[in-house]
Amino acid sequence: MDDVPLRIGCAAGFSGDRTDAAAPVVDALVAGGGPAVLIFETLAERTLALAQLARRLDDDAGFEPLLADLLRPVLERCLRHRIRIVSNFGAANPQGAARRIAALARELGLPEPRIAVVAGDDLSAEACRPLLAGALKDVSDSAEVTRTMVCANAYIGAEPIADALLAGADIVVTGRVADPSLTVGPALAHFGWARNDWDRLARATMAGHLLECGAQVSGGYYADPGYKDIPDLAHVGYPIAEIDRDGHCTITKPPGTGGRIDEHTVKEQLLYEVHDPAAYLTPDVVADLRQARVVELAPNRVRLEGVRGHARPATLKVNVFREQGWLAEGEISYAGARAEARARLAGEVLRERLAPLGKLRIDLIGAGSVLGDDDGRWLAAQAPGEARDVRLRVALIHADRAEAERLPREVTALYTCGPAGGGGVRTGLRQRLSTLSCFVPRDDVPTRFSFLSPP
Amino acid sequence: MSRSTVPLHRAAHGRTGDKGNRSNISVIAWHAELWPLLVAQVTQERVAGQFEHRRPTRVTRHLLPGLHAMNFVLDDVLDGGVNDALNLDSHGKALAFLLLDLPIEVPDDLRHHLVGTDADILDPPNLERRLAP
Repeated sequence: MDDVPLRIGCAAGFSGDRTDAAAPVVDALVAGGGPAVLIFETLAERTLALAQLARRLDDDAGFEPLLADLLRPVLERCLRHRIRIVSNFGAANPQGAARRIAALARELGLPEPRIAVVAGDDLSAEACRPLLAGALKDVSDSAEVTRTMVCANAYIGAEPIADALLAGADIVVTGRVADPSLTVGPALAHFGWARNDWDRLARATMAGHLLECGAQVSGGYYADPGYKDIPDLAHVGYPIAEIDRDGHCTITKPPGTGGRIDEHTVKEQLLYEVHDPAAYLTPDVVADLRQARVVELAPNRVRLEGVRGHARPATLKVNVFREQGWLAEGEISYAGARAEARARLAGEVLRERLAPLGKLRIDLIGAGSVLGDDDGRWLAAQAPGEARDVRLRVALIHADRAEAERLPREVTALYTCGPAGGGGVRTGLRQRLSTLSCFVPRDDVPTRFSFLSPP
Repeated sequence: MSRSTVPLHRAAHGRTGDKGNRSNISVIAWHAELWPLLVAQVTQERVAGQFEHRRPTRVTRHLLPGLHAMNFVLDDVLDGGVNDALNLDSHGKALAFLLLDLPIEVPDDLRHHLVGTDADILDPPNLERRLAP
């Protein structure tokens, strides 16, 4: 057992996150001097399906589009100071991402890094259809689902990441892994925990959970003027977890950055996307937060304690995506006297004109557009108001593209056929990705890693 | 002791998370002494009422006393979820602020633990407006 804490910095919380976040995190990791890892979490639920569609058009695409922009500012220092990099930025093409990183290292004149690629999550291949069909047997049209799907990916765990690091990887590229596993993998490799040491795995999992959304634990997505004030939000610092040999973590951030880490920012992120706090399910462990406590040790230093763990689930979650229909949207603005009444009338015109296409969502931006429901119950219950700056927004989904295109045409026609003074029409049409979740036996999803071969 | 009615966001803060068609919303007391009020007043039934127009099929409250926090899980409130809903906010990110508008009664001896200003108080006419939808 190693008594030196492992420090893990997180420099991205979603695909498209800030590319200037990593440098201060790496500065802090270098200054600390001990063992350190940099992670980037770039795969939200639908990101992977979009990546798969990108790869269909270009076999060299399908990984995080900002990959090189994220790594360029820090790759040299990470390699020089032995800061390992672990990320799911491989998305639908981890091999392609690994090749791009190798090319970036050459561009920067760096020694060739040892890049490991984790595989096993992608269940999109023909050979996996029987497995998916079994998992989807309760879904009415499972045969149709497996026939039309864009991709299916299992949320795999930390073990292949840990194995790759133990084998000497400088950089580990994955596709779909559970977000906290990006943190659990390095901790498992560093401390040499048993792979059924559920308490320690659960603590590291919650450290990873606090890190995985980047700035969401350090004041980002928290500020509310007069109620929850956060200093220098424009330069919010990304988090670093100091993990001890028992898996307990202290969350901090680089000196000189904006934002704040305190009891309250940590609690908000701790419960983010948690359902039953007694059983937070991941591929690595079932984490139990019922006895969790957070302790403010110093400004911008908060320790998480009391997390327990239980044996990991026997199944893995799989997300299946399908291209299914078209989402059409349109907007037009009304301002000045009786603006809301004119926007409501425009909405009624569209509802009548587009009635054959099915459900139309109507929002009045500036009077009510977010908290309502797709069936319009909320809006119908509101008495018409006197809002003087209202943007009508309508949306529908239709299986057929040509039919869906009627919405943008009808919204544009409000210029000449609708109520007085409408302006600023914007419309959009995009293919919809629908999603289904199912569970497959863990043993049916073998995972592995391999090193990228030299070109 | 006299009491005043304030929106929940003066006594607690929270954040929405989403997975599929299910939303979770944390409610975290600003101070340990406010926690029992939340347990007593921010009930499953009242939260279900606040989201009635979203037609939740189930609302579950989980208590985390060590954190002075609770976690609400609302099933089927996202009109299908991020990939299926027509809502601009298909994740339901803003829903925490609907929950945090819930009126609660606070006795005067705990008022100093509230955040925000006393302009943010629900007198009777205000209350009627704030209770919509």
